[in-house]
Order: sequence, then structure tokens, then C-alpha cells
Amino acid sequence: MSGWIRRAGSALVAAAMIGLPIVLSAQQPQSEFVPADTLPQEVLPATPLVFAAYAFVWLALVVYVFALWRRLGRVERELADVRAKLGPARS
Amino acid sequence: MQRVVVPALLVVAAVMFMWAPYRIDAAPYESTMGLVQKIFYFHVPSAMTAMLSAFVCGFASVFYLWRRNPKADHVALAAAELVVVFGLIVLVTGPLWARKAWGVWWQWEARLTITLVMWMIFVAYLLLRRFGGPGSEVMAAAVGIFGMALVPFVYWSVNVWRTLHPTTDVARTLPPEMAGPFWWSVFAFLVFYAGLLLVRVRLERARAALDDAYVLLEE
Amino acid sequence: MAALRAAWLVTQKDLRVELRSRELVYTTLFFAVACVLVFAFAFGSPEEDTAAGVLWVAVMFSGTVALGRTFERERQGETLRALLLSPVERGAVYLGKLLALVALMSGVQLVLVPVVALLFHAPLGRAPALLAALLVAGTLGFAAVGTLFSAMLSRARSRDILLPMLLYPMTVPVVIAGVEGTVALFAREPNLAMAETWLAMLVFFDAVFLTLALWTFGAVMEE
Repeated sequence: MSGWIRRAGSALVAAAMIGLPIVLSAQQPQSEFVPADTLPQEVLPATPLVFAAYAFVWLALVVYVFALWRRLGRVERELADVRAKLGPARS
Repeated sequence: MQRVVVPALLVVAAVMFMWAPYRIDAAPYESTMGLVQKIFYFHVPSAMTAMLSAFVCGFASVFYLWRRNPKADHVALAAAELVVVFGLIVLVTGPLWARKAWGVWWQWEARLTITLVMWMIFVAYLLLRRFGGPGSEVMAAAVGIFGMALVPFVYWSVNVWRTLHPTTDVARTLPPEMAGPFWWSVFAFLVFYAGLLLVRVRLERARAALDDAYVLLEE
Repeated sequence: MAALRAAWLVTQKDLRVELRSRELVYTTLFFAVACVLVFAFAFGSPEEDTAAGVLWVAVMFSGTVALGRTFERERQGETLRALLLSPVERGAVYLGKLLALVALMSGVQLVLVPVVALLFHAPLGRAPALLAALLVAGTLGFAAVGTLFSAMLSRARSRDILLPMLLYPMTVPVVIAGVEGTVALFAREPNLAMAETWLAMLVFFDAVFLTLALWTFGAVMEE
């Protein structure tokens, strides 16, 4: 077990040390997107990734709006109840 | 006024979101990244919204810290929550894009790291509000201000350090077929954000009113 | 000027209290070395970068402990309120506590750095001034944020878990710059120019965080 951890830790540090300069020197950051008409050959299918990304965005926003709506309904109902209790008592 | 503004904002945003996929589909593929680059049309607007929200939280926090106006505190809390929501979208859609474009899910380079850190700071803000006990609004305001101060580093880091992440010039130099859907998405996200912020602030205000009402009830 | 003198008085007070018992120095130092030991077992065969990483993590963790203890001491004696009630600028109190903490952490680092260098074969003698500058700048940045948060949390519930929860994300830029600078310094082919760049970044962070903290300390500590 500890050998596993040691190796993982060393691998991580080694990868960072070796990988970063290689990655930095091999790829220049993009500063412009260039449109294209046809898709080049794919090795890793992009469609599930794109689908997952958009699905997540929709899901996250819908869930949040729904949760917000429910919370708001609950609090406003409670507020109306408490205000009603106060209503007749308030002088 | 709120009865009209909030539903209007949310309806407009919903319509724009429903139309967005058509526009995004019509946009051309990017020559080096292909289909997966289309994640960009929601990934970047989410990032912009998250950063905007961080500034809203920061400014509201400044206002609260010095004026102790409860309304400012409500806005700060609402904005912090929205940073976490939109930040989560950025942090999930980004790796999905990266897996294809860079071959790895994650890289510990400047922009990704600082975005994750910023997200965690606002999660910490929410945890502090929840578990900090009395007086946590003031402490959270300090956290919000510091969080806002880190946002420029998020933006500037990618331009200062050579990294894998596309530079911020990309958005400015988009060809028109891509710019259209992109700015459409940005606008949709911002309108939606405005609506969400107002709703969330209303929730907070109602909560505060409820607490006050309970106090009156005790008397 | 009066504010700076007041700050110096606060620092002196803290240092004097500390020198009498030496509680914080001993316990913080031991804790730091214990951290290093844990890392020594975690990374059985140290790579080139391990020394820098271990050093900065030990600094951060032991710094958090020292922060907690410093303000716990104040809380128990109710001296923080007394300090804040005294007719000096709030910022002076903050600055005084900050400098005392930096002194404490630097004292601990005087022992910690050689220990780490020994255990992880780091070339200490290569650029000692630059290394010291990195450590001071990093400690200052960490302490600037830490003093503010620790002070404001001293009256909060769950303060001992809330402090690291707030402090670590906020000081990540300091750790990144510190570690990267130290790595550049310790590397087999050292890149001193890179280390200096990271030092400049640290100084910039320090300036921003210190200003922010001074600015907000008074308002945050108001009851």
C-alpha cells in the first residue's frame, strides 16, 4: 500500500517537472479561432463530451432554479403564516 | 416592479437559451479542435458570469462592511451562491473540453488553478455564512472582498504566463460566424444571471423578514 | 508615526510574552518538523521538487497552528478587546500582531529550512539571500491574510476549522509563487532569474493583501 503511494507521489512530482516544460514548449497558446468547413479525422469521439457538457449546463441551471423556487415558496408561506399570527395581536 | 422584471428576465433568458443550440449548431467547426470546441459557447459565458458575480459579491461586501446595510449583505450572499453555481459549470465543462483538446482532464496551469481556487473561496464564503455563527455576515464580507481581489489574477494570469489555455484574445478575434452565437450565449447567460440574482436576493430578504417576524412573535 | 510606534509596541508585547514561555516557538517548530517527517515517509525516494514542496507545506501548516494559538492566547486573556479599545488605530494593532507572527514563523524557519535541506538533499548554499527573500515574502503574505482572518474568527463558532478553510484557498497564490521560486532555486540547473520573477510576484501579492487587510481590519473587528 505504501509503495503504491510513494510511486504515485513520485510520479506526480516527476510528471509536473517533466511534463510542464514539454507542454509549454510544444504548444503555443491559441489567440484566434479559425473556422473550418469539414471535420478532420477523430480519434477520441467528441460527441459524448459535447453532449455531456451541454447536458450538465442545462441540468445545473434547471436544478438550481427549481431549488430556488421551492425555497422561496417555503419561506414566503412561512412568512405569511407568522405575519397572520402577528396580525390580530399587533396593536 | 419586481413582479414584472424578474419573470421578464427569466423568460427572455429561457427563449435565448432555447434558440442558442440552433445558432451554435450553425456555427462552423474550429479547424484544430473540431466539434469539441463547441463547448466554448457555454463554457466562456459561464466563466464571464462567474467572474461578474464575484465582483458583485465583492462590491456588495465592501458596501456592507462599511455601511452595514442588510440589503448589501443579501446581494453579497446571493452573488456568492451564483459564483459557486456558474463556477461549477465552468469547472465541469472545461475538463470535458480539455479531455479532447489537450488529452488530459486537468492541468495545473495558471488559469485553471486560479479558477478552482476562486471557486473554493466562494464555497468557503457560503460555509462561513452557514456555520460561522453570529457575526458571520461581517466576516464573510471580508472573504468576499478578498475573493474579488483574486479575480483580476484569474483574467491576467493566462496572458502573463505561457499556458495551454487559449488566451483572452480569442473572444475578441472571433470570426463573425462564431461571434454571433458566442455573444448571443453571453447575453443569454447575463440576462439569466440578472434574473437569478434578483430572485435569490428576494429569497434572502424574505428570510430576513421571517427572522424579524419570529422575533416580534416572541415578544 | 504614532500608529507605527503603537504597532511596534504590540509586536514587542507579543515577542516578550513569547520569549518568556517559548511555548509557541517550541510547539510550532516541533509540529513543522513532524510534518516534514510525515512527508519524508510519504515520498520515500525524494525527487528534485520534493524539498521545495515539503518546506512550504510545513511553513503553511505550522503557520496556521501558530496563528490559532496566538489568538487563542488573546482570547483567553480577553486582551484582544482591550487592544481594540485602546486609543490606537486599529491598523496598528493588526500590524503589530502581523510582525510578531512573521518574527515567530521566521524563527521557526531558521531551524526548519536546514532540516528540510538535510532530509531532502536541497542545495541550501546556492543562493541563500534569494531563498531567504522568498521565505520572508511568502511568510509575510501568508501572515497578512492569516492575521486578519484569525482575528476576526476569534469570536466565531468553529473557529479552529474555519481558519484553515478560509486561509488555504486564499493563500494558494502565495504557495504557488513560493514553491515555484524555491524549485527554480533548488533545481539541478538553477534558474535564478525565474526565482527572482516569482519573488517579484510574491512581493506584488504581499502589497495587495497587506493593503486590503489593513483597510478592512478596523471595519471587520467592529462589534
